Order: sequence, then structure tokens, then C-alpha cells
Amino acid sequence: MPAPLMRSPLGRAIGLGSAKEGVGQWWIQRLTAIALVPLAIWFVISVIAHLGVDLAGFRRWVGAPGTAIAFILLLIAVFYHTALGFQVVIEDYVHAELVKLGMIAAVRLISFGLAVAGIFAVLRMAFGTAA
Amino acid sequence: MRSAARPLSPHLQIYRWQLTSVLSILHRATGLALGAGTVLLVWWLVAGAAGPGPYGGVTDFLGSWIGLALLCGWTLSLAYHLCNGIRHLVWDTGHALDLRSTYIGGWIVVAAAAALTVVVWVVGFANWGP
Repeated sequence: MPAPLMRSPLGRAIGLGSAKEGVGQWWIQRLTAIALVPLAIWFVISVIAHLGVDLAGFRRWVGAPGTAIAFILLLIAVFYHTALGFQVVIEDYVHAELVKLGMIAAVRLISFGLAVAGIFAVLRMAFGTAA
Repeated sequence: MRSAARPLSPHLQIYRWQLTSVLSILHRATGLALGAGTVLLVWWLVAGAAGPGPYGGVTDFLGSWIGLALLCGWTLSLAYHLCNGIRHLVWDTGHALDLRSTYIGGWIVVAAAAALTVVVWVVGFANWGP
């Protein structure tokens, strides 16, 4: 079915709908999903390879430059992806406007807080300032 | 908002489930489960940075029956969400959207998720130990 050409040439060139930023979250959900494919596979393999390590071994592993970078990327992608995914579910099933807003805000804030806590922990082990 | 006691649609007692809708629901369910699991991921990292006491607490919890059961569930959830997520990304390119492909892809995802979970745990137990 050919799409009816109802839009102005400028509108087609810019490629945005009337909401201007409607596809932004959809796009970032996919971008983080693509990033998480290799990161999740790396995470599972790396965890299996370090099962049962003591605290010193754990810190050596997490704090190594490559591991630390991978963990930080994983945390950023995971929490971005989780926040957007939870938001879609909330928007689908919660219809009371105030409750919906509150839940989305809570998900955003908790995700952001957990991401920062995780990244700080990784950095602390990477730079050897852990107690 | 329900205005009257109307019957539910679909009628859940006589509803015939399809693979496609079940997998769609599972994608959301496993996503929510993994979201909850991120709390453990951060707890684990923070405990590692905090010191021997907290780190021992996490490893004791993960080694307990509850911890192992949760890890087993998260392994399955991650394997499924990863495989089905790739199926979604293929759909996003406009491919494999016909009925036959959605069923073939669906069964591939189910088999791959089960196989990956088994592989992870077999290799995990083989690698166990300090």
C-alpha cells in the first residue's frame, strides 16, 4: 500500500512527525538492544570464567581496564534499556495519569541511581581506592 | 475503565493460546525479571568495592538455594530475552513478518534459549571452585 503523500517536502526531509521527538525513545531502545547483544554475551562468559574468585580476585578482574570499561558500558546500556522497557509496560497497563507519571518517574530515578552506584563501584575497584 | 460487568475479551477460560502471543508476553515478563535482577548486579559490584563483609554476604546469598534458583531463572530470562530481542531486531528491519516466519523464528528462539541456558549451567558447574 503506497503511503499517501500528505506531507510537505520539508517535513519529509526532516523526517519528524507532529510530535517532533516521538521516535527518539524507540530508537534508543533499539540502539541499547544492539549494544547489549555483545555486552550480555561477554558478561555471562566473563562471569563463568571467574566463578568462585575471592574478593582480591574479584577486584583484579572488575578493575582491569578492559573489564571496567565493559562493565560501565553494560551498566549504561542496561539501565537505559530497562528504564525505557519498564516505561512502555507502565504506559500500556497503567491508565490513571498521576499513578502512571509517578511510576515512570520512579523507574527513571531508581534506574539512574543504580547505574551511578554501579559505575562508581567499578571505578573504585579500577582505581584501587576500595577499602 | 470498566463501565459494566462485561465479559472479558479474549475469554480466558476457552482461549486457545498461540505461540506468537505467548512469546510476546514472555518477552515482557523476562524483561521485567531482568530489570529486577539489575538490583543484584549493582549490589554485587557495590559489595565488591565495599569490602570483605558485604562481598561475603553477596557470595553467600548467591551460593544459597534461593540464590541459585534466582540465578537459574535469570539465566533463562536473559537467554530468552536476548534471542527474542534479536528476533525483534530482525522484525524492525521489515523482514520475517509473515505468519510462517514468526512461527519458525519463535521455535528457534525457544530452542536456542533452552540450549544456551543448559550450556551456561553445565560450563558453570564445570568451572566451579576457587
